[in-house]
Amino acid sequence: MNWLIAILQTTLFVALAPLLAGWLKRCKCYLQNRKAPSLLQPYRDLLKLVNKQPVVSEQASWLFIKAPYIIFSATVLAATVVPLIAVNLPTSASADVIVMVGFFAFARFFLALAGLDIGTAFGGMGSSREMTISSLAEPAMLMAVFTLTMTASTTNLSFAISHVLEQGLVLRPSFAFALFALILVAIAETGRIPVDNPTTHLELTMIHEAMILEYSGRHLALIEWASQLKLMLYGVLIANIFLPWGIAQTFSLHDLGYGLLAIMGKLAVLAIILAIAETLVAKMRLFRVQEYLGFAYLLGLLGMLSHIILEAAR
Amino acid sequence: MNWTTTFLTQPVSWVNPEMPDKPIGDYIGGLVQHSPLNNVAVWQIEDKHWQQFAITAVAENLRWIASWAEQADKQFIVNACFEKQGIYIVLRTVINATKPELPSQATVYPAANRSERHTQDMFGIHFIGHPDNRRWTRHQAWDKHQYPLRKDFPVQGEPPSITPPDTNYDFVKGYGAGVYEIPVGPVHAGIIEPGHFRFQAVGELILNLEERLGYVHKGIEKIAEGRTPDSLARLAGRISGDTTVSHCWAACMAMEQAAGVSVPNRALFIRGIVAERERIANHLGDMGAICNDVAFTFAQMQFTRLRELWLRTNATVFGHRLLMDVIVPAGVSRDVSELSCELLKQDIVMLKKELSEIMPSIDLNSSLEDRLYTAGYLSPEIAAAFGTVGYVGRASGQDFDVRRDAVYPPYNQVTVKVALEDQGDIASRFWVRYKEINASLKLIEQFINLLPKGDISMPWITPSTDSEGLGIVDGFRGEIISYVRFGDDNKIARFYPRDPSIVNWPALEKLVLGNIVPDFPVCNKSLNGSYSGNDL
Repeated sequence: MNWLIAILQTTLFVALAPLLAGWLKRCKCYLQNRKAPSLLQPYRDLLKLVNKQPVVSEQASWLFIKAPYIIFSATVLAATVVPLIAVNLPTSASADVIVMVGFFAFARFFLALAGLDIGTAFGGMGSSREMTISSLAEPAMLMAVFTLTMTASTTNLSFAISHVLEQGLVLRPSFAFALFALILVAIAETGRIPVDNPTTHLELTMIHEAMILEYSGRHLALIEWASQLKLMLYGVLIANIFLPWGIAQTFSLHDLGYGLLAIMGKLAVLAIILAIAETLVAKMRLFRVQEYLGFAYLLGLLGMLSHIILEAAR
Repeated sequence: MNWTTTFLTQPVSWVNPEMPDKPIGDYIGGLVQHSPLNNVAVWQIEDKHWQQFAITAVAENLRWIASWAEQADKQFIVNACFEKQGIYIVLRTVINATKPELPSQATVYPAANRSERHTQDMFGIHFIGHPDNRRWTRHQAWDKHQYPLRKDFPVQGEPPSITPPDTNYDFVKGYGAGVYEIPVGPVHAGIIEPGHFRFQAVGELILNLEERLGYVHKGIEKIAEGRTPDSLARLAGRISGDTTVSHCWAACMAMEQAAGVSVPNRALFIRGIVAERERIANHLGDMGAICNDVAFTFAQMQFTRLRELWLRTNATVFGHRLLMDVIVPAGVSRDVSELSCELLKQDIVMLKKELSEIMPSIDLNSSLEDRLYTAGYLSPEIAAAFGTVGYVGRASGQDFDVRRDAVYPPYNQVTVKVALEDQGDIASRFWVRYKEINASLKLIEQFINLLPKGDISMPWITPSTDSEGLGIVDGFRGEIISYVRFGDDNKIARFYPRDPSIVNWPALEKLVLGNIVPDFPVCNKSLNGSYSGNDL
């Protein structure tokens, strides 16, 4: 039964990710005074891509063709670790947040290789930029996560969320710092403005898109889907760690349904905030990203210090 | 009395120490003054002095503007155009067709580089001492020893059934540890024209950029030959789609001079209105595109919306969104009614109001400021050396505008305020455009208020054989010059339009230096050269 719910949760994760992307797009359209496409447009796009025959360069090795499957699977596995609608599921109990970060790194490794594999100038450029940014983003992410895990005394997300729920609404300075750090990292990792622009057509400015320029058909669909999944993962991570209320602690139908509604509501609000932020700022210069992620790291560090100084002593 | 008089009489001891105190006019030798073209003096010199003249001219701060050639029996006539203080001169020489060669002016004027290479590709005239003798307009569509603008070359050409890819062009190479090359284009991801950019970079830093254009060569100069005035005007309006009004105006101005036709006042004012409307529409589009290239989509959407509204009024009043074929030889094709004038005025009020709401939110956005200020810096010295015009020149302190400095009607009846910035960066080019929009709105308002009654066109007079004309107007990208020579029977013998992009494109290679690769698109957009206008 527990495993069934765990599988259901992961399926929901994968199935709802395009919806979140559609909602985010809709919010951005409204903010730009545009007519928005249907909420289901990302699904249609994926379907369209799946039905198209992929075009693969003659120079591509097996890696280029396999990479989309590896990337998609790794991202789905990362999704199993993060509690979406319920805590205490067997999948999330067996792996912790370090594993989740590991899955992300694994997917990124193959994406960067695929970018290099094809031998175009843009792919190599994108891989190089992606690696530069992730080498700065990962320490900041871990620092923020460690702040949380020190409070809960565990690196397991499920237990950490239960701990926050038990404690009730407590204002922790360390959580505030960690929240901001995690938001900054999430924006960088998911390639949103101001770090990267997911909708650009300008090859020279791309980071994530430059690596996948040569992909088409179902390969592209898998990578796009994985990106949407990653965006949702970060959204759920932020929503459920810092505001876990609503998440199901028992597996009754009522609790699970309530948990689903709660997380959808939280994600919808987060997407609105992200859309507003993306509308208000221009993309920053590439060489500002290090300052930006350095700041995220600093916030994570401050969070940890404030935990040690203010919270751990009691 | 202007600089041309003193230019010819001053001693040239600093040019040639062997002939102290001899005036330039004598030194250059055989300098003949032809009857002027559009009040532009035509000086004919011997071919051997071609480069010497350029050396003298550059020392006198003359701006190089254009060069073009034409074939006349067994000879080639080569022209170069210069400007100083709003006074233009055309320099002319005649060379023998059996061994056509001429000392290069590109050694002195970097701006002349590509034009001379174009002439070399199209006529087979060899420029002695040219610093860069690679082909330019010729890709693989015609053979190395074929010269399309010679009279013996058929108009339709002899193109291979499939044009081979242009592979063996000798790009500048970069060497050293960590230096890598990025080829971009000619096919781009966005809906823009084709052009190739070759970067050498270390990490993200741009060491060198080389442009390779010519992918949209349409043979404008060749297919212009033998056309009637009406049909040439239509062709000129299609040299560069976004500059259709100004190119058409320049060509018509040249033809009207050649034929001695005077355009009715009302038509001139309508030409002024449509030219300024074209400028505003393009500047709105450019400002949006600059914002979009730094992912500030909100502004792009707003500017695109405003441009669209503006174009719809064009369609209502003038019957065409981009105002194609509104200007015709000896007049305009569409009159404006009282009602249309009201519409145009309402449009001005609308745009002013909208801009007053949008611009503060852009001005106060620090993330946008961070991207646009100091990026893509073009120093006033380089801007002057390349003779950059329009918003590119004006953003780097080049205070020149044909509408004010070499005034042509209807601008002689209004005051033209020239927008100027001196920071030379992308932000300057952005704000010059905004200032020009405001200035153009005022101009349109004045034109409407001063609009005289009367005809909108005159009957055409067939010009005599060999009569020439030179049209000089200010398009949205800057100064456009258009040379026309008539042959027999009201037919065009030679047409050469110089789009401002021809002098602005080389500046891009300089202004990106020291910037990083991901900043190139916004640098490029701030310059917004026309590929089509450059390639002809």
